[in-house]
Amino acid sequence: MRECFDPNVYKKDWQYQEGDLTVTRTCQWSAPGCHQGCSVLFYTDKDGKLVKIEGDPNSAVTDGRLCMRCLAMVEAVYHPDRIIHPMKRAKEDRGFDKWEQITMDEAYDLVIEMVNDTTEKYGAKSICTGAGTGRNATWQSNVLGHGGFGTPNDNAGLLAGNCCYTPRMQAMNALFGSTFIADCGQLNEKRFDEPEYRRPDLFIIWGNNPVRANADGFYGHWIIDCMRRGSELFVVDPQVTWLSAHAKMFLQVRPGSDAALALAICNVMIEEDLYDHEFVECWCYGFDEFKERVKEYTPAMAAELCWVSEEKIYEAARLIANAGVTTLQWGVAVDQTKWANGTSQAIASVQILTGNIDNPGGFVAIDFGYVQSDIRENVSKQLGPEVRKDRLGDDGNWGALNAIGKGGHAVPEAILHAAETGEPYPVKMLFLCSTTAFTNMAGQARRVYDVYKEMDHVVVCDLFMTPTAMACADLFIPMAMSCERDGVRGWYTPLRSIVKVTQTGEAIGDEQMMLELGKRMNPDLFYWDDVPEMLEFCTNNMATVPIEVSLEELREKVIIYPKFEYNKFRTGKLRFDGELGFNTISGRVELFCNMYNNVGMDPLPYHKEPPESPYSTPELFEQYPLVLTTGRRSWEFFHSEHRQLKSMREFHPDPIFEINPADAEQAGIKEGDWAVLENSHGSCKLRAHLTDTMLKGVVSAEHGWWFPEKDPEEPSLFGLWESNINCLTVQGDFGPSGYGSSYKTQLCKVYKAD
Amino acid sequence: MTQHGLLIDYEFCTGCHSCEMACKVEKGFKEGEWGIKLAEIGPWKLDEDRWEWDYLPMPTQRCDLCQDRIDAGKVPACVHHCQSLVMEFGPIEELAKKVTKPRMVLYSVQ
Repeated sequence: MRECFDPNVYKKDWQYQEGDLTVTRTCQWSAPGCHQGCSVLFYTDKDGKLVKIEGDPNSAVTDGRLCMRCLAMVEAVYHPDRIIHPMKRAKEDRGFDKWEQITMDEAYDLVIEMVNDTTEKYGAKSICTGAGTGRNATWQSNVLGHGGFGTPNDNAGLLAGNCCYTPRMQAMNALFGSTFIADCGQLNEKRFDEPEYRRPDLFIIWGNNPVRANADGFYGHWIIDCMRRGSELFVVDPQVTWLSAHAKMFLQVRPGSDAALALAICNVMIEEDLYDHEFVECWCYGFDEFKERVKEYTPAMAAELCWVSEEKIYEAARLIANAGVTTLQWGVAVDQTKWANGTSQAIASVQILTGNIDNPGGFVAIDFGYVQSDIRENVSKQLGPEVRKDRLGDDGNWGALNAIGKGGHAVPEAILHAAETGEPYPVKMLFLCSTTAFTNMAGQARRVYDVYKEMDHVVVCDLFMTPTAMACADLFIPMAMSCERDGVRGWYTPLRSIVKVTQTGEAIGDEQMMLELGKRMNPDLFYWDDVPEMLEFCTNNMATVPIEVSLEELREKVIIYPKFEYNKFRTGKLRFDGELGFNTISGRVELFCNMYNNVGMDPLPYHKEPPESPYSTPELFEQYPLVLTTGRRSWEFFHSEHRQLKSMREFHPDPIFEINPADAEQAGIKEGDWAVLENSHGSCKLRAHLTDTMLKGVVSAEHGWWFPEKDPEEPSLFGLWESNINCLTVQGDFGPSGYGSSYKTQLCKVYKAD
Repeated sequence: MTQHGLLIDYEFCTGCHSCEMACKVEKGFKEGEWGIKLAEIGPWKLDEDRWEWDYLPMPTQRCDLCQDRIDAGKVPACVHHCQSLVMEFGPIEELAKKVTKPRMVLYSVQ
């Protein structure tokens, strides 16, 4: 605990009294909110009402810190717009605010009626479930779909090419046989006092701004903790971020050119003999082929593609190679290009050549805490192989890796295609939990909207009336927020409790809804008496959580750290068979990837131009002379969430795009102007922020914007189409693997709005 | 009476707004009311390779250093929640001894 905190005030008990208030130590893991699962204190009054949230000083995860969104939790829980009772609406009233409140029993009956109707007419596979990204709401709808409805089809808001972490995860699986993350000392309770730990000398921060994003279980301010202890930064981003401004070195690259830069860095590391010979010779496979490939990527060639100078590429390679312990913190920019696989391979190769693999402060293997996929697998196993049969996207037409069934979910593009054409069978019902696809992550938003509107039945389970619910839903089920449900937080170390401290209206936890509906539809599978019993079963039967713990014990301990070990490949603790090395086909880290080779993909990393770019489509570039990158995070919002919170909108009232002043001048745009961003796919309107932190020739636009204060009904749908950047993105331009999409590599033009 | 204040190591302030929001929630401030407010320096280009971009939280006249929290053995809400851990509360004589590096600032608040 930090020195400033008094241990007599902040007790280690999971629950204690502070005056009239009950304090509960637990974690906040969405909804609302992000991937992170920060440790919090929930203060409830004698009526069980939440009155305050603070960071938990006794947690080594976040040390009492909390971001502005979590600090606004009471405002979110008791927001007047929140939906806290189930509601139904006649199909012909879709798009209009003509809801009728019903009971939860009636809501369940209605779901079953819809499922039965769809199953009788088309088969259960015509039902598709959906869930929001990376939150504690992503497995329940999926498990219910598998076990209750009998459909293998699920997805995360029709994110084209599954291009958020999936491509990087897949690349790590292919190259290393495990998932690797940056080691900021977060894997041990003692953090920096752990004798074996040492902080990285250099962070390679590539394509993300982690202090804002906190993506994929990584708390961005852990980097600041390391900087304070001497870590330096190397940052690659089209925009100068705060981290770049505090970096030893940063490179501003053209979006979509990252692979060329990474391979040119590898080129210099090899040409100048700056790589880790011991690691490469003893533990890597395919170095000779890799060396041949990177010869093509000279700094001169990359400099031209990336819009950085040749000298800087040499300088970057030397900095990385001579830094000592380096680690890699990479982001979604790597995934959001058509060539996500080649790019992931290229950037991972830079880290591999340094030899900082699974060492203290390096890039470390972590196979702990995949609670969500574990539960899904456990349920699927009980259902037998039939449940996965004919999943949309498994028919071989959606990329080489999807063809061999590597994906954990149905393929978004295949769902869209099936819904539009009826091939191989139609999609007629959606069951959507905490996801609002065409407001947020679905590329080509209008197309997705058109498809959703045509469904026979749509159920939306959410916190607020979203544009998706208003446009399409026939039934709205109100969902619990984190403080209103029991749960388990996994996803890397440590394991954390999620404790229900209050109840609002009839809002129901995702687990509770899944269990209650599941019991009605398939009582043999959903046999548990209550949620705690189910969660205990889940926790104690998970491949990636080798901890036996009752839910009560977890609640009392609040946080449990499993033992973390380094250099597992040197001790036989990484491979499934206990041999030394890595869990890959060759047993080594694969600079030449056998898995990719076996499915007909390029086994070596490569750069290719995005489908639309200054170089691949010069004529289009004349018409649309700016490179458009979308989806960068804000402090105030998690994707499309939090727009109804007055506190967040005071800090961030309007949708913003950032543009270099030189480009703005050319377009006749001044600071704060509303401007139209337009390309061949569509247009939307955002406010200009002129900043020379933005690379000239590139604009960066926010995503997820809707306006809860505007007209909720059609055609407005809370102003959904005014500032929807996914009117300018596409679907179905995935790379050879089936992954990747051009969310960050489009072209556009900009002009002042009327 | 001992003067109390806030010591800010602004070298590492990322501008995350947690101090401002924690303060607003603690004090129930409305729109436009602030007990602490971030000032932004830059982002300015110093030369081809270097940028100046800093944030500095500044207590306002509404700030009472969370007297109620101090009385209860806690620290001000901003200090508690600062994500970069750059804020410290205490008597200014003690805080002054901790100014051992560049880019720190000490506010004497009350």
